[in-house]
Amino acid sequence: MPEISKKDRMKIPRQSMPEQDSIERSKNFKEVNLGFTEELAKMEALRCLQCPKPVCIAGCPVEVKIKDFISLVAEGDFLGAAAKIKEDNMLPAVCGRVCPQEEQCEAKCVVGNKGESVAIGRLERFVADFEREHVGLRNPEIKSKTGKKVAIIGSGPSGLSCAGDLIQLGHDVTVFEALHELGGVLVYGIPEFRLPKDIVKAEIDSLKKLGVDFQTNAVIGFTDTIDELMENGYDAVFIAVGAGLPYFLNIEGENLNGVYSSNEFLTRVNLMKAYKFPEYDTPVFNVKDKTVAVFGGGNTAMDAVRTSKRLGAKNAYIVYRRSDVELPARKEEIHHAKQEGIEFLLLANPNKFIGDKDGWLTGVELIKMELGEPDASGRRKPVPIKDSNYILDIDMAVIAIGNGSNPIIQQTTPELQFSKWGNIIVNQETMATSKKGVFAGGDIVTGGATVILAMGAGRKAAKAINEYLTIN
Amino acid sequence: MYKIVVAEFLAENIKRFVIEAPKIAAKRKAGQFVIIRLNEGGERIPLTIADSETANGTITIIVQGIGKTTKELNSLNAGDSILDVVGPLGKPSHIEKFGTAVSIGGGVGTAIAYPTAVALKQAGNHTISIIGGRTKDLVILEKELKQVCDEVYPTTDDGSYGFHGFVTQKLKELIDKGTKIDFVLAIGPIPMMKAVADTTRPYGIKTVVSLNPVMVDGTGMCGGCRATVDNKTVFVCVDGPEFDAHLVDFATLERRNRTYKEKEKESLHDYMCHFEKAFEDNLITSK
Repeated sequence: MPEISKKDRMKIPRQSMPEQDSIERSKNFKEVNLGFTEELAKMEALRCLQCPKPVCIAGCPVEVKIKDFISLVAEGDFLGAAAKIKEDNMLPAVCGRVCPQEEQCEAKCVVGNKGESVAIGRLERFVADFEREHVGLRNPEIKSKTGKKVAIIGSGPSGLSCAGDLIQLGHDVTVFEALHELGGVLVYGIPEFRLPKDIVKAEIDSLKKLGVDFQTNAVIGFTDTIDELMENGYDAVFIAVGAGLPYFLNIEGENLNGVYSSNEFLTRVNLMKAYKFPEYDTPVFNVKDKTVAVFGGGNTAMDAVRTSKRLGAKNAYIVYRRSDVELPARKEEIHHAKQEGIEFLLLANPNKFIGDKDGWLTGVELIKMELGEPDASGRRKPVPIKDSNYILDIDMAVIAIGNGSNPIIQQTTPELQFSKWGNIIVNQETMATSKKGVFAGGDIVTGGATVILAMGAGRKAAKAINEYLTIN
Repeated sequence: MYKIVVAEFLAENIKRFVIEAPKIAAKRKAGQFVIIRLNEGGERIPLTIADSETANGTITIIVQGIGKTTKELNSLNAGDSILDVVGPLGKPSHIEKFGTAVSIGGGVGTAIAYPTAVALKQAGNHTISIIGGRTKDLVILEKELKQVCDEVYPTTDDGSYGFHGFVTQKLKELIDKGTKIDFVLAIGPIPMMKAVADTTRPYGIKTVVSLNPVMVDGTGMCGGCRATVDNKTVFVCVDGPEFDAHLVDFATLERRNRTYKEKEKESLHDYMCHFEKAFEDNLITSK
């Protein structure tokens, strides 16, 4: 690392990442963030104090060697940095974009105690992009083949990270995906403007090069049951099917035409490319010059509302029942949404949807809320203000209040233990389920969470599966 | 890619396809469906599996060309391929020995009712099929059903063949004649299924319908196929597709199916224009 005093390092301001102009980008699906240049990356890397005991690593669910890779960036060895990250994370270009670093590694960063923390996520992204754009993704060495076979159900973040680790350990890995495209929530859920699909594809292609076998159109439970996989020679199974059963508000009018779950709206636009209709066959409600309300305050709600803006919505609202401090979405996403003209109706809750005589949505009755005592989640509980209800005219609604568990595995695998919410019960250390040789991780275990937490679970499971295969 | 081995028209605009899909063929049960996607730009649509042959590893689907995707599918021939076929999806039909079971198919719905009629017969029921069409040419699978069912009654709206009238009128006639009916399965256009439900309701005959909402993934992930049954929201893909006909809110189903009507018209119009142009170009080159 270049010679520079700690004091001088602390003087360097956090480098901001170039982004597309907000007016321009609210009309296109191209990526919002443009990424660091080499100069910006080196400058940002110099801000890292290279702590003897780097606490940032403890903030990372997959324990990327942050200190080491940043040191390589500062030296200008970007490819070396990429290799260093990949020792622990096979999807750095994805994580560099969608991880909530401000709550994880960057929250622990010592530099952040006095000023702004080192932009670890932006550096990770830069390094991964640099490698892909300059030399193509390069893969680590694979240990000699063990002859053991593992089936992974689901090609989302948890399944992919588990596959990446197991293939490197010398096991044969097959990933089964229900949809026609690989990537799970990375392709059907997260929009192009936040995570370009080419980047997901490149990271999956690199797993293919390592020898991971991918099978699409395979709905495990129906196409094959877990028992059949094990009878057919798989020595272990990892269930990473995600959450994948959208919650609705259970209020009047929810089945009116024009009311979507965020999953459906985003799947139509992202996976099925409805924004290119009629070049692509899948349609989506035409929001051009219309008013859209998205219910919820998480990242998915931000993705949906910003997508509707890009499809031409005149007014695009977030309706959230608590205040802005409680908004669960990443600060960056909220900031970007506001820049793009998204309006936030906070402390408001829907009572019912209103439709016309033909059953099309025309409005929503909202009630104003105030914050009361903290509830079980520790957040102040929103309480309706009596007689404060009013009608908001809207043409399309998107419900983005989270996901329950998909029932297919539960219905077809009687021996597995599930919680009353339908989540698979696992040993928290090993991710082992109640069924021998079957492990589970990601949203199907935790309920809807983040990409990196799912990846962390995938890695934990890979380690435990490797140990299991060594013994059995 | 899933290869089409047989493609033949059963009636104008209604085509039967036998497709290589060994895993699905080995697994499918009556009442289940597949989701298909024709090509890279294609949409995902659900189609009920009409039949399968485990030995050949094939499934049969029967398709009425209505919108762009079904018309495009019906332009394919043996030797062509479909990009994605996924399944079997949904819950299988609930089959038991009811006594006398009537399966009612309207138009292409007959193809969807066919496998369940077979399963009902195999379960030991006295099986009656009523198969309706607007006109003679639209009554399909009569020969196949006659091989399986104890009684088969074709009906046509215009009286050109079989019983002159709607399937519900034939059903009512059977009931009035004193036939003790224990179970009815009705599959066809929504107004027909609703009419069957209304016909059997006063008699308290257990009646099941297979719903056909718009779907995307077909695995419970999107919630687009939600319907109202017994005043509760259900996801047809994972909770169905078959439900108690007396509890289904048909008006909501019909309305939700109209969501993309304008878009579907646009898509079909585009497709037909391209199709006609390609056809003309073909004529010119072949001259």
